[in-house]
This record gives sequence, structure tokens and C-alpha cells, in this order.
Amino acid sequence: MNNNYLDLMERKNEIMKKSVGIDYSLFESGSIAFDFEEMMKKVGYSLDEIREIQEETGVGNTPMYELRNLTSLARSLAPAGKGARIFLKDEASNPSGSFKARRAATAVYHAKKLGFKGVIAATSGNYGAAVASQAAMRSLNCIIVQECYDSEGKGQPEIIEKARKCEAFGAEVVQLSVGPELFYTFLKLLEETGYFNASLYTPFGIAGVETLGYELSRQMIDLTGENPDAVVITNAGGGNLTGTARGLIKAGADKTEIIAASVNLKGLHMASDRDFNKKSFTTGHTGFGIPFTTVPDRSDVPRSAARPLRYMDRYITVNQGEVFYMTEALAQLEGLERGPAGNISLAAAFVISQSMDKDQTIIVQETEYTGAGKHIQPQLSFARNNGIEISLGNPKEEVPGKSIVLPSHPSLIKVQDLDLDKLRKSLIKHSLEAINTENQKKLTDKDIQFLADETKSSTKTVKEFIKDIEP
Amino acid sequence: MTKGGIMTAKKGDWVRIHSILMEAGARAPGIPDDTAKVPYELWDKGFLISDKADIGEKVKIETITGRKLTGNLFETNPSYDHNFGEFVPEIVMIDKQLKVLMGEITK
Repeated sequence: MNNNYLDLMERKNEIMKKSVGIDYSLFESGSIAFDFEEMMKKVGYSLDEIREIQEETGVGNTPMYELRNLTSLARSLAPAGKGARIFLKDEASNPSGSFKARRAATAVYHAKKLGFKGVIAATSGNYGAAVASQAAMRSLNCIIVQECYDSEGKGQPEIIEKARKCEAFGAEVVQLSVGPELFYTFLKLLEETGYFNASLYTPFGIAGVETLGYELSRQMIDLTGENPDAVVITNAGGGNLTGTARGLIKAGADKTEIIAASVNLKGLHMASDRDFNKKSFTTGHTGFGIPFTTVPDRSDVPRSAARPLRYMDRYITVNQGEVFYMTEALAQLEGLERGPAGNISLAAAFVISQSMDKDQTIIVQETEYTGAGKHIQPQLSFARNNGIEISLGNPKEEVPGKSIVLPSHPSLIKVQDLDLDKLRKSLIKHSLEAINTENQKKLTDKDIQFLADETKSSTKTVKEFIKDIEP
Repeated sequence: MTKGGIMTAKKGDWVRIHSILMEAGARAPGIPDDTAKVPYELWDKGFLISDKADIGEKVKIETITGRKLTGNLFETNPSYDHNFGEFVPEIVMIDKQLKVLMGEITK
């Protein structure tokens, strides 16, 4: 079996090329640099085209709510004159219940256009439901590959709910136990079926999210006369942030601060059978967010179109207990039952608002549907049954995998800033490692410029970073 | 490993199968020790092609996308059993406090 595994992994690039219809080598320079913008232009779609594609299947144009009660609560905890107005873009009203419908809409449209009979996606999250829903609308077959159970056959309730939803839309759901061999099964299915790889990380997938950023700017101008001061984006694989930021820029909102937010799962190993059911978040967490930010090409395509460090102005983390608390507060105070993962940015926005001026605006950029398995009660009782200690107290004391501390008062909700320069250096270091193993090639000017673009910094800063890395 | 309920299935029944793709100790290189020590498993659903089978028996199915695969019969008429979990008392404590805080703000 192991041999079989290695043989198939060896054919990875060939399978990928066939299943996404993109020859990534066209954008390569031969060393570190590749032409990201050219890749987005050549194989992506224009904003207008995507708006049309998404309108065909009822995706996008989601409502924007002003969270007046949560803003009042934030102001009651903030110094005088502080407490920005908090808005929320209700992406749960997309057909499959999350913003992922935007990514799936373009991917599935593209698959249909190229004549594929079906689509496959490897995802345990909302993206699976989104691909299944879009495939149903465009009459394509759909297979979703999920990492679902630990070795005791115990499944994350949220993932089991996602399997149900995918099957509700007519998809076949292949469920797997914990492990990175999921990618092997995924490749095998692509080869066996000849279906399209509806990867989350292709240019069409990411371009599909640009409409979110664009709508956000338009709606805020309608509501307040101005672009938002800050947008908080839940960050995992980086596509949500990349697409939204690009859409904002295309709408002319180039002064808006882009804030990434992930839930802190420090210390939990993502490929560990034992840790799998110790976490209460299946996405939006640091276990995906940090590695995908510093090594974007770790995804299931040769070059990921999700490159969040190009657009990020700030990256913060919140704890699981804080997100659960805000999920409950959103239902209790605003009459909106949503979440869980989308509310990571809600928890962050609630805190950040308190240090912004009253006349400023901050956006929670997405929501997702909730229900059996996804609601905070099944999430928390699942955690409790798995030996996680749940209490009311100071969330600062929370230890991922051991405890969940729900804040005993909303003033205890805080954000932790990650050091962006450290993340930038890490991205550069990983890029240099890649080149060093390939015949010790020299860095070109193009590479330096590329690394500057990749890290939203100047070439001068990149050179200084490199000096620090290679003393 | 099987799941309770109907212990047999007949041709055409909607069933769930289970199979082991990689045995414990023969997993992909570079994975955490605890994961390497357990098998890599798969579950899928489809219509039973075999005439009749008992739970645990090797069977052939046709999935909803028309793929044919074999595995061990795991469940007949598989149902979803995820729900809203057990009561978590801390949640109503949050609710109560939020009501009080909002009462003070709007006073």
C-alpha cells in the first residue's frame, strides 16, 4: 500500500494539471518568483464576469447589518469617545449557508464550461456544501472528501453535519479517518473519475471572493457615505482574506485596514489522531492560518491563489471561549443565530472597535449557517464529553485541547496580536529554503521584488530580512 | 467496528460501508506517532449491489455518483445522529448577564 501511495504522489503534478486545466509552469520564472497577477488575469475571470456567474446561481448580494446592540455594549466597555460602529455582512444567506458559495460558484461554472462531468473537493467544511450546492444547480456530479473521524470512530459534530448537507445536495461524501493521506485519496479519486478539481486555491476560486470585498465597499458607501475603516476577516487557508482584500482594492477602498483573525489552537497538532477531537473549531484556527500565511503553496494546487500576507495589515488571535461567547451574544442581542467559525472575526471586531473612534466603522466580513452539530451547545457538550474543562472565567487562562474558558464578563474578551514581521521573515525563510535545495540558485532582482510583494513590504526591507535570516 | 440497527441488507438497500486503506504501521511517512499507530480508514455510502449481506461482510456498492466500490457492510439505512448536544449551563449564565448589561446601557 505504501508503494502505491508513493507512486501516486509522484504523479501529483500530472494529475493536478489535468484536473484543474491550468498549466502553472506558464507563470514560473525558474526560481522563487512567479507571476501572481498574470495567473489571476489569464485564468481568472473579471469582476463583472464573476458577478454575472454568481447571479445565475443566486450567490452574493448578501445583506449588511449594523450591530447596534453589540456596538452599544462595546462602547460601554471602551474609553470615552471610543467604540467604532460594528457592521456584519451576512454571508450565511448565500445558497449553501456561507461565503464559500462564492468560491464554489466560479469553480463549478469553470468545470462545466470545460466539459467536466463532475467536480471533487477535499474539504470538511462549508466549502463542501458550497460545491455540492453549486454542482446541483449546474447538474454536475460531485464528490466531497472529508477528514471526519478519529481512530475510535468519533466524528466532529460539525463535520458530520457538513456531510449531511453535502448529501442533501446530492453529493457523494467520502469520509476518512485523521491523516494527511486524505490528499492521496483525493488524487486517486481525481484520476479514477476524471472530474474537475474544485480546489479552494485556484485563481477562479479566489476571484470568486473578490465580489465580497466589492459589495462590502458599495454597501458601506450606501450606508455611511464612506468605505469602512477596518474589515476583520476570519483566516485559515488565506483565500477569504486574499479575495476580499482584492475586491476592496478593485472597489477603490485602498485605505481600509485588513485585519486577519484566527482562533488560537496553539499546541494542537493538526494531523494528530489524539488531538483531532480536542479542538472545538474545524477551521478559522491558527493550525491552518499560520502555516498557510507563511507557506501559501502548501495547498492542493502547485501555486495557490490565496496569498494572505500580500494584503494583511494586522493579524490577531482570539480564544475559543471568546468566540463561543460572541456567538451567543450575537443571537441574544442581535437576533442572529450564526457561526461558529465566522464569529471569530466578530469576537475580534468587538474588541478592536473599543480602541477605534466612535465615528469609525469596522466590518465583520462573514457569517455562516448554524444548526445541529454546529451550534455552540453541541460544540461545547462535545468538548466536555472529550475531557475538555469548560468554565466561566478569564479566557486568558484557556489552554487549547485542555480547557475552554468562556468570559465571565465581556470586558475580559481580548485580542492577541501576532508579530507580522516574524510571519514575513518566516515566509521569506521558507522561500529561500526551497531555492537552496534546488541547485543553490542565486536570488534574482525579480525574486526580491516578488518577496516584497508576497510580504507587503519594500525590497529594502526584504534585503534586511534576508540578512537577518542568513547571518 | 459496526454501528447498531438493522444487521442485514439486501440488494438495492442504501448502506454505508467501511474499509481500511492503510494498516497501522504502514501509514504515509512523516505523520505524528499517534496517527501512524492506527489504521487509515474510509466510509462511503451507496446502493448494495451484492444480493444479501450481514453487517461486517464484504460487499459491493454503487455510490450516488455511479462509482462501484467494495468494503465491509457497516450500516443499513444509515441515519444522521448529530444533534444539539447536552445542556450546557454556562450558556444561560451568559444570556442572563447580557440581559442585565443591556438593561443598564439602555436605561
